[in-house]
Amino acid sequence: MEHVSNWLLLAPAGAFVVSAMLLFVIDSFDPESKHDTLLAAVTTAGAAVAMVISAALLLSGTADSGVELFGGQLVVDGMSLVFTFIFGSVTALVGLASADYIEDLPHKAEYYLLILLAATGMSLMASANSLAVVFVALELASLPSYALVAYLKTNRGSVEAALKYFLVGALSSSILAYGISLIYAATGSLLLPDVAAAAGEASELYTGVFGIGILMVLGGFAFKTASVPFHFWAPEAYEGAPAPVSAFLSSASKAAGFVVAFRVFVVAFPIDSVAGSVDWVLAFQVLAVLTMTLGNFAAATQENVKRMLAYSSIGHAGYVLIALAALTGLGDQGLVLGSGMLHLLVYGFMNTGAFLFVALAEYWNVGRTFRDYNGLGKEAPVACVAMTVFMFSLAGLPVGGGFLSKYFLIVGSVGAGVWWLGAVLAVNSALSLFYYSRVVKAMWIDEPDEPREIERYPTALYVAIVAAAVVTVALLPGILVFDSAAFDAAAALL
Amino acid sequence: MLIEALIALCLLGAAVVFVAPNRFAHKLAVGFSLPPLAISLYMYLAFDGSGNALLGGDIAYETFAQWLQLGSYTVNYHMGLDGISLPLVVLSTILTTLAILSAWTPIDERQSQFYGLMLFLEASLIGVFGALDFLLWFVFWEAVLIPMYFLIGVWGGPRRKYAAIKFFVYTNIASLVMFIGYFALVFGLGDSVSSTGLPEIAQALRAGQLGSLGIIGPDMLALAAFVAMFLGFAVKVPVVPFHTWLPDAHVEAPTPASVMLAGVLLKMGTYALLRFNFTMLPGQAEILAIPIAVIAVISIIYGAMLALAQSDLKRIVAYSSVSSMGYVILGLIAYTVYGVGGATFQMVAHGLISGLLFMTVGVIYNTTHTRMVGDMAGMAEKMPVTAGVFVAGAFAYMGLPLMAGFAAELFIFLGAFESTVLPYAPLFTAVAMFGIVIVAGYLLWAMQRSLFGPFRLETDYEIGPAALHDVVPLVTLVLLIILLGSAPMVFFESIQDATLDIVATLGGGI
Repeated sequence: MEHVSNWLLLAPAGAFVVSAMLLFVIDSFDPESKHDTLLAAVTTAGAAVAMVISAALLLSGTADSGVELFGGQLVVDGMSLVFTFIFGSVTALVGLASADYIEDLPHKAEYYLLILLAATGMSLMASANSLAVVFVALELASLPSYALVAYLKTNRGSVEAALKYFLVGALSSSILAYGISLIYAATGSLLLPDVAAAAGEASELYTGVFGIGILMVLGGFAFKTASVPFHFWAPEAYEGAPAPVSAFLSSASKAAGFVVAFRVFVVAFPIDSVAGSVDWVLAFQVLAVLTMTLGNFAAATQENVKRMLAYSSIGHAGYVLIALAALTGLGDQGLVLGSGMLHLLVYGFMNTGAFLFVALAEYWNVGRTFRDYNGLGKEAPVACVAMTVFMFSLAGLPVGGGFLSKYFLIVGSVGAGVWWLGAVLAVNSALSLFYYSRVVKAMWIDEPDEPREIERYPTALYVAIVAAAVVTVALLPGILVFDSAAFDAAAALL
Repeated sequence: MLIEALIALCLLGAAVVFVAPNRFAHKLAVGFSLPPLAISLYMYLAFDGSGNALLGGDIAYETFAQWLQLGSYTVNYHMGLDGISLPLVVLSTILTTLAILSAWTPIDERQSQFYGLMLFLEASLIGVFGALDFLLWFVFWEAVLIPMYFLIGVWGGPRRKYAAIKFFVYTNIASLVMFIGYFALVFGLGDSVSSTGLPEIAQALRAGQLGSLGIIGPDMLALAAFVAMFLGFAVKVPVVPFHTWLPDAHVEAPTPASVMLAGVLLKMGTYALLRFNFTMLPGQAEILAIPIAVIAVISIIYGAMLALAQSDLKRIVAYSSVSSMGYVILGLIAYTVYGVGGATFQMVAHGLISGLLFMTVGVIYNTTHTRMVGDMAGMAEKMPVTAGVFVAGAFAYMGLPLMAGFAAELFIFLGAFESTVLPYAPLFTAVAMFGIVIVAGYLLWAMQRSLFGPFRLETDYEIGPAALHDVVPLVTLVLLIILLGSAPMVFFESIQDATLDIVATLGGGI
């Protein structure tokens, strides 16, 4: 009986794997399938199952205390379930939207397969309880991502972006691997709880080795979350990739980077024990301020909507970094970390939706700049209302859950005594309204330069966008479904 | 549950109208605005609250449910009305219906989106006046910006994009400042409060439970929070020198949006000042009484003089709002029953009167396609009803007895004159009264030049009487203004009941 429930706990990851295998089978029997609806349906259904199971496990409290599997290599707890929910929802939306986006492109089965395998890697990242699993899961998530960015292989931008992404990714993976080896050298273990147990001693005996190891691990995560100083791949990769892949990377992949960072730093490097080597809370404070500010200011100067969203996604990584930067030991620490999770959850919907709208615009060939979006509101009012919701919610206006999760971060940081982080967030958030509202202004207020005619309204893409918008709005009152689960999960981790 | 019904009906209407065909969106919108109007009137008649909602009074139509748990704070869904907020809810529903009617003529493109946004605006406004938890209130407060941004930006005049973004950015930054101010108070109260609810915070503050926040002591914290919230709301009101967004927004906005902007949105600022600054932190208001009164008087006089200098009818009405809102601030800082009650009365009265004047200017513009005073003369000859209404509105503004403006200003002057909180109160009151003379000056002058004398207007348009659906809102508003002005006490008593507790702390007096 015990084994059954343990396997059930891994069911979200299982759902990803099974649907990936199903795609393998379909592709073997029917290569270059013309049944693209089937492929998209399998992907979306698999991801939706993962999402529903995660939510059910999370809300039923089955894994509240955390269940260790495979000798402690994996752990399923509230936090891992919150994040598998995020991965499931983002993958479902992206899978649905891709049905229309890639309808004229080859290698469809591979495309969906790579997305599902990356999602599998991400759900393992959420549960990884040892540095070895962290590394393997991270590579499992990363390698498909490189290929996905290069999916438009006849498109120069796509290939260039993938190459840049891959090179920076390979470099940061090696930094991470080296950091892990240094930590192993200093503590003699790869299991996160064991590292934590040995951290105090390691910090005294091997101050330099241990400290440099922690900083290198931090660098590896900064890459995955697109945070300063390893953010510069993000604008190119998000701009060059097919828009649904950009949505997937900037929402799910970023969240995956954060879940590992949350677990590794909170569990393996208790700040009291490692403060002698390196004060990572301080390091995250610096990174948070730099990432927020740089992302927002760079976003404000863009003319290309997708690139603006890419920089805004860096800005949002900065907001979530507050969740680690405010772990000062003061106030309600569960609130701090839990708000970071909630922000990623809301962000998963609103940012995915925004990139999917860009996918819709690419589908219509309307162009990429703000100017090209002029007057879209007249031709596609429903999609444009959804995009307006995404933009305002990203900016933190209270039309969607984005307002509340930012507010939680502010309350948490003030409670933790780092009110200035909250203030930087508030100011950045107010500034961000400027560039988000440019999209809104273009869609509804400005007149198009030349008349255009939209002929096809892709159903699946529309459904994905509208669903993302509905959930974004519903998360304003409805965040109460998740907030206590997230705060409890965070508190359990601390 | 009646407030929720109001909001839900408006939102439902907004959604239906938004996707309805342009052809009959206007009629559909009026239809959807009528049930909320009827419900709000019923709520006014069946009102059984007493006292101030923030200070332990009986809250009418209350709904309470826990929304979020944030560490040691709960955030609640808490709605309810008292004698201050109920009149403003009714004002919102009345003006929305009338503004939608007044939009039938001028709005000739993207009608369904326009009317959808108007109903969405109505829902947000009702939420602002009904919410009794800060976060809930803030959600509605910010939500108001969105429809107004589009109403100005899409259907406005030539410089609409500039005006819309200026309005949006100005008021959004102001919201941020105010938000920080309020949360400084919440954190300063520490463990003595367990929610962000307005009643709980107000009562804890008045019980003197404010502690230190970091190195800032309680007195300094309260003063800083007062200033931050005052600045935030002052932009919305607006008072000089934060008024510069207002003429741009008003001149560019389409008439129905101007009606809502002047009629209800400006009142959000004064309503919030009353609810937050003057109810929660009376001690700080007393300390800052002279600067606030100076700002009020400057707004009254300078706003009126700016109006005097304009030749665009819409700008005249827009600047005169700055002046009228100055009276509200003066009434509030007086901290007397008549002062605060009169200020609330003025909010409603000015909502009706400025709505009326904007609509009248709109009707004239629809026909003549100009708003310049110098371009027209003798309009009374061609448009007798509109001209008559304009005269009535102007006299209401000047404070002609038996009209709402007179009652409101009389209450404010009575209250301000007797104030024990404001030093040199008689002096401030006397200077403020002088503002009425300027108001009379610019309105009479503008009317004389545009309405009377021999008819003169160089235009290719056919000039004739306004359509019935343009005249109905105008006449309705005139009747309401006269009703309010001839029987002010009926209305004043419910307000007074809610303001007694506010003034009681500082000795009050009538």
